[in-house]
Amino acid sequence: MLASLMTQQASHRLRSVFFENFIWNQSPYTSVQDALFTCEMALDHRPKSAYALLMLRYTLKRLLSLVISLAVASVVIFTVIEVAPGDPASFMLGMNAQPETLAALRTELGLDTSKPERYFSWVAGMLSGDFGTSYTYRTPVADMVQQRMWVSLPLALYALTLSTLIAFPAGIYAASRRGRAGDVGVMGATQLGVAIPNFWFAMMLVLLFSIKLRWFAAGGFVGWDKGLFAGLHSLTLPAIALALPQAAILARVMRSALLDVLGEDFMRTARAKGLTARQALWRHGLRNAMIPVLTIIGLQFSFLLAGGIIIEQVFYLPGLGRLIFQSISARDLIVVESVTMLLVFAVIFVNFTVDLAYAAVDPRLRARA
Amino acid sequence: MNRSLILGCLLSALFILAALVSFVWTPFDAEALNIPARLKGPNNTNLLGTDHFGRDILSLLMVGARTSIAVALVAVGIGMGLGVPLGLWAAARRGSLIDEVIMRGNDLVFAFPSLVIAILITAVFGAGAINAIIAIGIFNIPVFARITRGAALSLWEREFILAARVAGKSAARISFEHILPNVTNLLIVQGTIQFSLGILAEAGLSYVGLGAQPPTPSWGRMLADAQTMVSIAPHMALMPGFAIILTVLGLNLMGDGLRDLLDPRLRRMRT
Amino acid sequence: MSLLSVQNLTLSIHSFDILHDVSFNIDAGEIVAITGESGSGKSMTALAAMQLLPQGARTTGRIMLGEDDITTWDEPALCGLRGNDIGMVFQEPMTALNPVKTIGDQVAETILVHERTTKAQAHKRAAETLERVGLPNDRFPLSRFPHELSGGQRQRVVIAMAIALRPRLLIADEPTTALDVTTQAQILALLVRLAREDGMGLMMITHDLAVVAAMADRIIVMRKGEVVEQGATVQLLHDMQHPYTKMLFAASAHEVTLPDTDATAPLLEVKGVCRDYRTPRKTVFGKPGKFRAVNNLSFSLNRGERLGLVGESGCGKSTLTRALLGLEAVSEGTITLRGEPVFTGTKPNLAVRRHMQVVFQDPYGSFNPRHRVARQITEPFYLLDTPPTGAARQQAIDDALIAVGLTPADADKYIHEFSGGQRQRIAIARALIIRPDLIIFDEAVSALDVSVRAQILDLLAELCASHNLSYLFISHDLSVVRTITDRVLVMKSGEIVEQGKTEEIFTNPQHPYTKSLIDAAPVLPDLKGLTA
Repeated sequence: MLASLMTQQASHRLRSVFFENFIWNQSPYTSVQDALFTCEMALDHRPKSAYALLMLRYTLKRLLSLVISLAVASVVIFTVIEVAPGDPASFMLGMNAQPETLAALRTELGLDTSKPERYFSWVAGMLSGDFGTSYTYRTPVADMVQQRMWVSLPLALYALTLSTLIAFPAGIYAASRRGRAGDVGVMGATQLGVAIPNFWFAMMLVLLFSIKLRWFAAGGFVGWDKGLFAGLHSLTLPAIALALPQAAILARVMRSALLDVLGEDFMRTARAKGLTARQALWRHGLRNAMIPVLTIIGLQFSFLLAGGIIIEQVFYLPGLGRLIFQSISARDLIVVESVTMLLVFAVIFVNFTVDLAYAAVDPRLRARA
Repeated sequence: MNRSLILGCLLSALFILAALVSFVWTPFDAEALNIPARLKGPNNTNLLGTDHFGRDILSLLMVGARTSIAVALVAVGIGMGLGVPLGLWAAARRGSLIDEVIMRGNDLVFAFPSLVIAILITAVFGAGAINAIIAIGIFNIPVFARITRGAALSLWEREFILAARVAGKSAARISFEHILPNVTNLLIVQGTIQFSLGILAEAGLSYVGLGAQPPTPSWGRMLADAQTMVSIAPHMALMPGFAIILTVLGLNLMGDGLRDLLDPRLRRMRT
Repeated sequence: MSLLSVQNLTLSIHSFDILHDVSFNIDAGEIVAITGESGSGKSMTALAAMQLLPQGARTTGRIMLGEDDITTWDEPALCGLRGNDIGMVFQEPMTALNPVKTIGDQVAETILVHERTTKAQAHKRAAETLERVGLPNDRFPLSRFPHELSGGQRQRVVIAMAIALRPRLLIADEPTTALDVTTQAQILALLVRLAREDGMGLMMITHDLAVVAAMADRIIVMRKGEVVEQGATVQLLHDMQHPYTKMLFAASAHEVTLPDTDATAPLLEVKGVCRDYRTPRKTVFGKPGKFRAVNNLSFSLNRGERLGLVGESGCGKSTLTRALLGLEAVSEGTITLRGEPVFTGTKPNLAVRRHMQVVFQDPYGSFNPRHRVARQITEPFYLLDTPPTGAARQQAIDDALIAVGLTPADADKYIHEFSGGQRQRIAIARALIIRPDLIIFDEAVSALDVSVRAQILDLLAELCASHNLSYLFISHDLSVVRTITDRVLVMKSGEIVEQGKTEEIFTNPQHPYTKSLIDAAPVLPDLKGLTA
């Protein structure tokens, strides 16, 4: 749905990492920075252990950032869900609730305690693995989530794999054929792909492959106990529906990252050394282009986990997305609260991993950390 | 004038025009039920066919265009209106606390799965066009803040800004006199892109029932209605789908074309 | 037979004519310099020799490497040529290296691309090559990344990559333009040494005529894509034929005579100024460090005096400029203009700043592309309590434009309609318009072509006469400073190491650093002496 937002988000995150570290290098008044820099680096005899120390420092900074983000996110979620609707209990039960049921629910939710207390007990609960009990289903949220994870997570991974398998070759091909027919073709296809709403695409897939061709079931998930292949088979149409628009975005990012890199001076140096255009692209271009691409993949994963909501609706898959949606309709705030927090945690954690991956790819980041 | 721009402008204009025209005229009354004529495919009377209640799909699309465009437009307005000043502020006070706060705020909003939050907001505060606008608009704010800050940061390093500082102008004054005019090109391009994303977002929200409510027609809800009928009346799903695709495509092409036209250097940043 | 023979080379890119009928030879072991102003096509000639032209390029003519016409070769053959028979060094050392690969890998790559050898062997040879270019392995191990090296060091790495396989021809495209004077001298010496040691032909592209005169065996002068004149250095300098060549050398050696002034009334006083910057922590729990950019600086500038400031990058010039303008506070010391401090408490003293203006280096970056000229040059009016309006304002704009050699009609144009030299004139107009007592020229002519530079220097001399200017002229270009200033300060690592009258400093430098600076700076030979 808001899938293309990812492109903007990715490049913004990217710029945040790089602008913070490198923007001052473009200033005409760099002499101070140069001087600072040279006095730090120039004659350092840097043993291997220094690299480990730098990585450690970088990791710690990122970890701190992660913890702070999670804390703030949890406060926001708590506020929106428990504070905003006024009285969560009457919200959950609706207008015509009996006073006794209302009172009982209030005690169950712990609404008689103060807000900060509720918040901390919620957080403490989550840290110890207790995500509360669903009001509508009367089962622990943790159990429900675990069950659904086995649908959403494989779906997300499946879609991510498909999207990467399509996008990488397409993006590289388009960049190497810049301006010519191949590039125009890929760009046209991706423009189209980005414009297609994935739920509509899902409907079309169902129309073609389930109803007309009968290759796949129109919906539902058979479960993993029937075997890996059967499970994947029922996830295929949803994965394709999810993957194609993402592939379009990823291909464009790959292409633009490569083109950016191709314009860099060090590519010219590589050609001057005698590398063919293709060798220069593979050996020098790709690694540098991986940096923005990594961002996108990280963001894609988070989107796929959460963005599968609509797809799960279309295909009646018992996943996390459907869970959130059903809970919102049923006004089961406990489930909504905890599952949202989980999804946010997944996103923030994936971002953290991607940040670490950056440092592995780009030595400048380790040094400037 | 390049092909992207022309094609994009034509497509976008088509739908915007359809939305505007719908205020004065549609082929049929979009809300008029006509059960005997239900589920007809495209024919001479109903150019795009009828839906399960016999309503003319072309008329529905025209009126639905209003919703999509209005929601997306206002959402972009929210994003720009709040995001651009924030971005300018953060860049002017680079490195300070306010910069950190704004950037971390951005990161945080980006960390939230936007769809989940949009659904949450519309569910908690009620479904409807207004709340859809707010939900989508909230996610536009960090986009514009980030992009403005990024462009502004590189502009702050330029010598003409230093000249303005030497002339004694304050950071706020410089932000509006010098920085803002030089980022407008970027904002126009990003605006068209966010507009197109807004259309997709609104369609998604309407599809799950959280956007504009009946009887206001909406493309997303037309698709939801079409879902159960897709085997017998595929045109019900195809038409709104094409409408969405063509509008979004048109806007994206226009955005790309504008980018090439307004600043060739931006071409390198094309995604 | 020549090593390289370019015959009637004509080049156009997307129907833009770039080169026209260019012909010249380079023999083995010869150092040939191609020189000219911007837009002359020098770089394109170099790229053509490597056949590394951009897409859309059409060439006619021949480029003979030995007996082969390389314009007829296909891409795989050309790849075999590059790095192997011909090496190339580019202008920007900061961006010429791949930031994510070690220097060892990048130098070894040249070897591995062309020869069948093991990685270990290639790295060994890479280490030897790096030693050759002046980067000893104990201080610069192969595992270094480019961002850990300074500009001059990176350029050495680029040279190492180019000569690793001892090519027959080395092309150097403005290799030292982005470097400091002393570093430049070292890199040029290195290039000459390598050429002589390997018997390599060296095609040196530069706009700096002093470098050309010092280094080259033969000179080729280009203008607007054509070879205007070429010949052996000594002969060419002796006996220039083409008017353009004469103009170029005259402009390079251009001197202005400044009017005499009675410079006794004090204007700017700088006393004991120090500026510290915080450096990031080295360890997780350590304290942040302090870096002293400017240390105990003291000098004064009198009314009517033209003071120069020379120093290399990192010496603290920009910190000083910002401090003088009152843009930043200093950690210690005082700066006063006409007796008033430029910075009081936490805020700059705008009443003082209105007597001070600045002209920047980059003619392309110092103007807002969206505003017209009139608006740009009246920016300093913001400093005045009662800026002129209406007719008075128009008069001020017209006067300023005429004073710098432009016309009042130019006030309504946009800045992109002007060339680099004209923009610097507009920048000077902007500095003059509120009649400040002091103007700071921060590398104001460094980005200009040599002929344009001469015109701007003439303009400055005129303005000195008409407006009785006092200025601080900051530059790394010693020849310019020598002609445009009365007194000069020499700065190194945040301190003034020497100051005094310009001519005395240049003819009889006392401090070792000043001596090394003056020795390193290439100087045009006295042409009048040669022709005698």
